[in-house]
Amino acid sequence: MTETTASIPAAGPQRSSLTGLVLRNPLGLLATALIIVVLLTAIFAPLIAPNDPAAVQIFKVNVAPGDGYLLGGDGSGRDIFSRLVWGARNTLIGAAIAVVVAALLGVTAGLFAGYFGKWYETASSWISDALMALPALIVLLALYQALGASIYLSMGIFGIMLSPGFYRLTRTLVKGVKNELYIDAARVSGLTDMRIIIRHILLVVRAPVVIQTSIVAGIAIVIQAGLEFLGLGDPSMPTWGGILQNGFQNMYNAPLGILWPGLAISITVASLVLLANAIRDAMQTGAAPSFRTPAIPAKYAAATPAPTPEEGVLLDIRDLVVAYPDGNGWREVVHGVTLQVRKGDVVGLVGESGSGKTQTAFAVLDLLSTGGKVLSGSITFDGEDLTKKSETEMRALRGRRIAYVPQEPMSNLDPSFRIGAQMVEPLMNVLGLSKAQAKARVLEMLARVGLPDPERTFNAYPHQVSGGMAQRVLIAGAVASSPDLLIADEPTTALDVTVQAEVLELLRELREEFHMTVVMVTHNFGVVADICDRVAVMKKGEIVEENAIGALFSNPQHPYTRMLLGSVLEDTEVRAYRAPAAKGNAA
Amino acid sequence: MSDEKLVDVRNVNIHFGPLHVLKDVSLDIRPGETVGLVGESGSGKTTIGRAILGICHVNSGQIDFEGKDIANVAPRERTGDAARIQAVFQDPYTSLNPSMTIEEILTEPMIARKIATAAEARDRVRDLLDQVNLPADAAHRYPREFSGGQRQRVAIARALALSPRLIVCDEPVSALDLSTQARVMDLFIEIQERTGVAYLFVSHDLAVVRHISHRVAVMRSGRIVEFGECDQVTARPEHPYTKRLLLAAPVADPVRQADRRRAFQELEAEA
Amino acid sequence: MLTYLLKRIGAGIILLVLVSTVTFALIYGSTGNVARNILGESASAADIAAKEHELGLDRSLPVQFADWAVHAVQGDLGNSWTRNQRVAPSLASRFPVTLSIVAISVVIMFFVAAVLGITAAVRRGIADQIIQVISVVGFAMPNFWLGLLLVLLFAVRLQWLPPTGYVSFATSPASWVASLVLPVGALVFSGIASASQQVRGAVIDALNKDYVRTLRARGVSPRSILYRHALRNALPATLTVLSVQFIALLGGAAIIEQVFAIPGLGSLTVDAALQGDVPVLMGVVVTLIITVVIMNILIDILNAWANPKVRLQ
Repeated sequence: MTETTASIPAAGPQRSSLTGLVLRNPLGLLATALIIVVLLTAIFAPLIAPNDPAAVQIFKVNVAPGDGYLLGGDGSGRDIFSRLVWGARNTLIGAAIAVVVAALLGVTAGLFAGYFGKWYETASSWISDALMALPALIVLLALYQALGASIYLSMGIFGIMLSPGFYRLTRTLVKGVKNELYIDAARVSGLTDMRIIIRHILLVVRAPVVIQTSIVAGIAIVIQAGLEFLGLGDPSMPTWGGILQNGFQNMYNAPLGILWPGLAISITVASLVLLANAIRDAMQTGAAPSFRTPAIPAKYAAATPAPTPEEGVLLDIRDLVVAYPDGNGWREVVHGVTLQVRKGDVVGLVGESGSGKTQTAFAVLDLLSTGGKVLSGSITFDGEDLTKKSETEMRALRGRRIAYVPQEPMSNLDPSFRIGAQMVEPLMNVLGLSKAQAKARVLEMLARVGLPDPERTFNAYPHQVSGGMAQRVLIAGAVASSPDLLIADEPTTALDVTVQAEVLELLRELREEFHMTVVMVTHNFGVVADICDRVAVMKKGEIVEENAIGALFSNPQHPYTRMLLGSVLEDTEVRAYRAPAAKGNAA
Repeated sequence: MSDEKLVDVRNVNIHFGPLHVLKDVSLDIRPGETVGLVGESGSGKTTIGRAILGICHVNSGQIDFEGKDIANVAPRERTGDAARIQAVFQDPYTSLNPSMTIEEILTEPMIARKIATAAEARDRVRDLLDQVNLPADAAHRYPREFSGGQRQRVAIARALALSPRLIVCDEPVSALDLSTQARVMDLFIEIQERTGVAYLFVSHDLAVVRHISHRVAVMRSGRIVEFGECDQVTARPEHPYTKRLLLAAPVADPVRQADRRRAFQELEAEA
Repeated sequence: MLTYLLKRIGAGIILLVLVSTVTFALIYGSTGNVARNILGESASAADIAAKEHELGLDRSLPVQFADWAVHAVQGDLGNSWTRNQRVAPSLASRFPVTLSIVAISVVIMFFVAAVLGITAAVRRGIADQIIQVISVVGFAMPNFWLGLLLVLLFAVRLQWLPPTGYVSFATSPASWVASLVLPVGALVFSGIASASQQVRGAVIDALNKDYVRTLRARGVSPRSILYRHALRNALPATLTVLSVQFIALLGGAAIIEQVFAIPGLGSLTVDAALQGDVPVLMGVVVTLIITVVIMNILIDILNAWANPKVRLQ
């Protein structure tokens, strides 16, 4: 996975462009506009409302829209429209109180808990869990007598109950950032904790907190309306929930009365959510893969005829082009690779990151990452073109005749299943063994790869074994079906050097024993020299040189190969120590 | 040969909860010298660097820098040359804050240490970028616009900003491609020869350490098992573990690697 | 595993004690003139004093709490101040109604959200967009408003279902179902919206893991990868959502019961809140906290089953 992950830096765009991105998204623009309209309505309520929201006109009880009452009259003969306008103000103040309390408490506690940890985190997490276990509405109901009819006080309390959302979000973000090396660098540079939090950490927390604020504001509006709908608000104050309650009481006479306040609530809350989504999308731009598959350009359409099978060649790759969707086109990561692998050989596929070596290997397995596609060329395995096979046919081949050993041992074992279970399953599927047979085979293989207590490893979960053991388990799983071709993607890169030597030795033995052909993806020329018979050197999606091992090292043909070999740090003269002349500081 | 010691680590012990991570570790670095520190994962090699930097609690022992004990003194409380000790970390992708410009990254240490005003610090940025062979227009760009090797150059420039006498380099080239790795190593050597800065160079790769070090220490399970002249430790090691480490690392030459492999297996058979 | 469970139960008990203490202090501490409220404006000072003595309000707060707690532990939650009823039996008759509404809602929500979320995660495209729309609408429409709209449409206009009221299962199973369709529908909608989003995210995460590629490379079928491996690994995140939704539904049920005139815990709470019937409120709070604690422990057990790291720690 080195090539696909390491080259994409995980960075969000800048703040200035974030705002721009939100506003360029049509839904984001609409949401922002609606929120501004609601805000302006709330601020200028006295100017906008045509009538006194409390003025009762007895002959206008439940009157239909029109006649001076734009949206009709409520059950007491008051103007619904004017009450909605004033309700916007009261509702937004209530929501603002809840949001401010929640954000202040939650973010502050989250920053400290995440950054300093220890007892502080234990205590605040416990409080947060406890608050989250409380059904908020019931608590507010229970406290109604204590809090009095003031909805604002209730919303303040509700803010406390909403703070765990901010707390957990902030704490998680801070913990993620705290161990980033740039925080260590800032500490080494002599920044105080306070400055690190302000300069480095708040920056990371900012956008997610804005998103959370938007969502929490929505929740607060709904809950506040709920309380008022139950009659727990101040009856003298027009609010959206109160208007809805009045509509509910007169529902059978004037059904429209419940429509307006509900719409006001829903549209406002929907705008807040849409705004949150727009910000989230803007933060993820670049990372978001497009799911529309672009049309394949005509130049790839010409089908390359698969080569006539040659005696002794197990894998024959011709003019292979692998690409990933990129906007409306395709981005090639492998441009026309041709490689023959003879039966029994160990062929190294060497290159630096981004050279396309892993993508070539994944193409053979038909396991390219989401969206990846072989656009042209052929991959002939034992006389059959793999690029023409269906997924079902490939599956029959994978795990039986073609096997794979990954780079990272730990992340390639399913953490939820015992090691044995995840090795037995493929053997039963692919080889059609019974459960007992499969288990016997797995135990035999675990012993073969040098695990001292196979039964115990069989029953262990992945997190209970070391990285070196996990890699042996993965090799055992790959070799268990006696495959003809083993594709190993940097199988020793994540291992310590002494473990690497042992694993290479194991691969060498297994290759003899099972008569396997091996394609070994690696960046390490030492590994190549140790185990490979032939080598293909890749650069930017192409093979620049392919040669037998001896010839490649003794007489490299391509300048790129020579440059790479020249970069190997070996047999250099050691440096002689000289004390610096003067006790001078670095420039 | 000078007997002067820039850093003198004496009998340092560090515990992480129940784990005894460093056991009686002693090590010294002379001015302008590179001491390589090799070991496998979990050997404690990174922890020594962090203890010297003051970002890891030391349970017992002393870390003298220019004769003054700086163990358990946080970086911001350090004074004089100790306040200038800098670091270059392994991963150039997480060692630079993605939302800060290169200029902000490079000026931060100078402003934090109050050795320059914001304006003076900005003036120095071009010089720092020049020292690590990056173009001056890099200052107003963001880390994500650079490759791994270029980012590591930025990290080195940041370390140079305070004109340090010691830089702790924690696996600074292990995340880089082979060709980039060689160029960054050359940059480290060139800077040392020009400025007389000393390095504690932590790595898992014996070849890398041999390339840059004057002396080398080998760590295993929290202990230094061998510490001596670079050539002796990396070519004719005395301790069995160092021998094993040396023979386990494959060399980029099929003929010599075959010999080395045989030797490794003989060593394994003896054990 | 056992110690893990005991720890969780211990934490639940601490939570219960803490919340009931704080609630008690807050609501008893602020009930100024309960006796006057009960007896009416015309009551004499002597009558009020007598009533306060009868209710035990003339004692200090800690004494009152100790008295309440000692009885509460034995299952006696005292007498209602406004109805001539004991609290425990009236809770016992109403709680099952609320619990059945919430439980049915959780089950429906879980299955619908699972189907929608998994479909969206696997298919992307249209299914994904539908979920996005539902989740915005579900979040934005308060469930009580949705309930009113459902009543207007299905009960008043189409007359397919009764507008309000509750028929117990024992009386008539068919009517029981009919009386629950609208309230449960109103209650689950927003839950489905947010839960399906979370399920989708969890499944996508699980499917992007490295081990999925390795399993595929061994010839494991996409079915098994999705249903055996990805779902198992997506379960912890889904269970967390479920627990949050369960708590939200308990609150939401209170309003919905009011809309549909269902004699559950919610309507009892609203009445008690408006009338200041403190013993009933205390009873409700204690009952619900116990329910939440039990639910969370059940979820912890499921979580431990799904996640060996938790189980074996």
